[in-house]
Amino acid sequence: MTATTPTPADLPAQPAAHGHGHGDHTLTGFVIFLLSESVIFLALFAGYAIYKTSSPLWLPPGVEGLEVAMPLRFTVVLVSSSGVIYLAERALHRGRLGEFRAWWLLTMAMGTVFLVGQGLEWAGLPFGLGDGVYGASFYLLTGFHGLHVLTGVLLMGLMLARSFRPGNYDAGSVGVTAVSLFWHFVDVIWVVLFVLIYVWQR
Amino acid sequence: MTSTAPAPAPSFDPRVLKAPHPVPGAPNNWRRFLSFNTDAKVIGLQYMITSLFFLLVGGLLSMIMRGELITPAADLVDPTVYNGLYTMHGTVMLFLFLFPILNGFNNLLIPPMIGAPDMAFPRLNAAAFWMVPVFGVILMASFLVPGGPSGAGWWAYPPQSIQNPLGHFLNGQFLWILAVALSGISSIMGAVNFITTIIRMRAPGMGWFRMPIFCWTAVAAQAIQLIGLPVLTAGAVLLLFDLSFGTSFYRPEGGGDPMLYQHFFWFYSHPAVYVMVLPVFGIFSELFPVYARKPLFGYHVVAIASFAITFLSLIVWVHHMFYSGTPQWMRNLFMVTTMLIAVPTGIKVFAWIGTLWGGKLRLTTAMLFCLGGVFNFIFAGITGIMLATVPVDIHVGNTYFVVGHFHTVIFSTITYGVFAGIYHWFPKFTGRMMYEGLGKLHFVLTFIGSQLTFLPMHAAGLLGMPRRVASYDPEFAFANVLASLGAFLLGVATIPFLLNLVSSWVRGEKAPPNPWHAIGLEWLLPSPPPAENFEDDVPTVISGPYGYGLGRPLVEDEQRYVAKAASAASAATGGA
Repeated sequence: MTATTPTPADLPAQPAAHGHGHGDHTLTGFVIFLLSESVIFLALFAGYAIYKTSSPLWLPPGVEGLEVAMPLRFTVVLVSSSGVIYLAERALHRGRLGEFRAWWLLTMAMGTVFLVGQGLEWAGLPFGLGDGVYGASFYLLTGFHGLHVLTGVLLMGLMLARSFRPGNYDAGSVGVTAVSLFWHFVDVIWVVLFVLIYVWQR
Repeated sequence: MTSTAPAPAPSFDPRVLKAPHPVPGAPNNWRRFLSFNTDAKVIGLQYMITSLFFLLVGGLLSMIMRGELITPAADLVDPTVYNGLYTMHGTVMLFLFLFPILNGFNNLLIPPMIGAPDMAFPRLNAAAFWMVPVFGVILMASFLVPGGPSGAGWWAYPPQSIQNPLGHFLNGQFLWILAVALSGISSIMGAVNFITTIIRMRAPGMGWFRMPIFCWTAVAAQAIQLIGLPVLTAGAVLLLFDLSFGTSFYRPEGGGDPMLYQHFFWFYSHPAVYVMVLPVFGIFSELFPVYARKPLFGYHVVAIASFAITFLSLIVWVHHMFYSGTPQWMRNLFMVTTMLIAVPTGIKVFAWIGTLWGGKLRLTTAMLFCLGGVFNFIFAGITGIMLATVPVDIHVGNTYFVVGHFHTVIFSTITYGVFAGIYHWFPKFTGRMMYEGLGKLHFVLTFIGSQLTFLPMHAAGLLGMPRRVASYDPEFAFANVLASLGAFLLGVATIPFLLNLVSSWVRGEKAPPNPWHAIGLEWLLPSPPPAENFEDDVPTVISGPYGYGLGRPLVEDEQRYVAKAASAASAATGGA
């Protein structure tokens, strides 16, 4: 993001500037951002509920509804990854870097499994984005959420890479806390989405 | 009047909490305005200069429109071009003039006012600013694409906004959505930054009820951005999909509902007016005490009323849709909530009048713009209550009455407040005084011009002249000639303003640290303040703001800070 790189003369000042205090700002700012981000989903959920209850043309012709069993399994994977990322954070808090990496990688893997599951489901559906307001809403909501999952996995990759810089995570990491918060957020959103789209079909 | 409670615990320790230093090696001359500078004061001026440029662009568009409307026939421009003109005029003025210029004020004022060295996230701040020229260029580029700019108005209602008759992927409407979405992202980045800064970086002793009202209104306004903008973004994303990817969110033939867009749009875009007007209320509340030499009347109530406005602004949006087939129960509900908003705004107007009452008024240019702005705002408030009433709105809701009301708020109140803020704080942030004579000329021309432009619009609207038309019935000609002459006068009024800005900055008289004898942390700094404001010497606040005539110090050891700022000023003069 910076346009100019710091000159050597300024480097000693940098660690102090990015010290503990600035990290507190980062979390405050990040929580404010997440609150704002959750409003986008609230708006989309409200739109979905309005369409579902009031649209004269809901399911496209020939479509009976969505299968629930497979998405439920992937839901379990995604939601339980929230517990795994907590274990990773706890390991980092206790200074066990290796254990942190293992749990962190497992979370990334579970997120990836969810994304693959989403892709497989999309590939097998008998309707597309252009099939009425139902198709449009389904793909937009799941796609927008999937984009968040992908973002989460990529951010986790970044945090994992940073953990290999010696001493970088000795005092914990604001980035790890923020990504972990983001991941819980993405999971909670999915639970609501799952209830709206898969459970509430009748 | 102000807080007499014991000093709250310092909200941050200046030794630990220090924002990253501005980009090392950044140039210290005019070139810094073209660099990715992370100093909030540089970013603030970048916002200001960029938005004043777009004020001229938006003003030019309105001149062409008023030129068209000076005669009843559509003779100057083609009606399709006219549609593009008012769409672009509205979009430029809101997203490229008012939002950025108010973010400029936020950047310049918030850190010094609360004693912080910089914003909480300086690089995020710079990134948010640099998105403004980017989406400005994107929006301007819509004049060059086939089919020209969007003609759907700044509301961009479907079905008009999801038509793509020429079939090009890059069309005016697409670029409009892209620009608005980028503007939204930039504003959210700004909002996160401003709120975090105010929550976490206040000087020791500055509790919430010792903050200047401008900071209160900044938090109240930025909270609206955080809650409202995501909804507009959601609506705009669906619009983009309908326009470019053939979905049916707003197409009834596919089961969609164009009304949903109106809800999404107004859920943000009504509160957006409060995003713009709240900081201006802040500016009025800062300036009246300075130029009336009295404490702000009802400081606590004025502060809390800002949040009452934030809350109410989120539950009034349907009043824009009274004539859109809205059910009667919903109309009644939203009529009541809309009228309620007159209570907190009325409290503020009352407080300003209470501040002026019996004060020792100094009619500087800044004060004149404040007085003019409040005068116009009271008028706009009365027409606002008329428009909130369902039976009136059904008849005049799509006429020039609304155009007149809206411009009395957006121009004659908000832009007046912006001008007042510029005249008041220009010496602080450039180190030069502005010429009062040119400033007063600017005020007189602007005041006459805005009444001449916007008052006849109300009359034409009550007589039934529809808005958004390039040609109209000759019976409305007189009102339109007056409005057009007024608009050209407003164009002329810009000349002394620009002349004043440029020549004052280049060769104006050097400004002392506190030219208006104002009370506030920013006035304890030299003019212009150093890069990190108070640096490591952050004052401890020991009393509430606006202690005019009370003879109490604002901060511990106040004389030392005053002397320090004065010696910095004389050192700068000696060096020059």
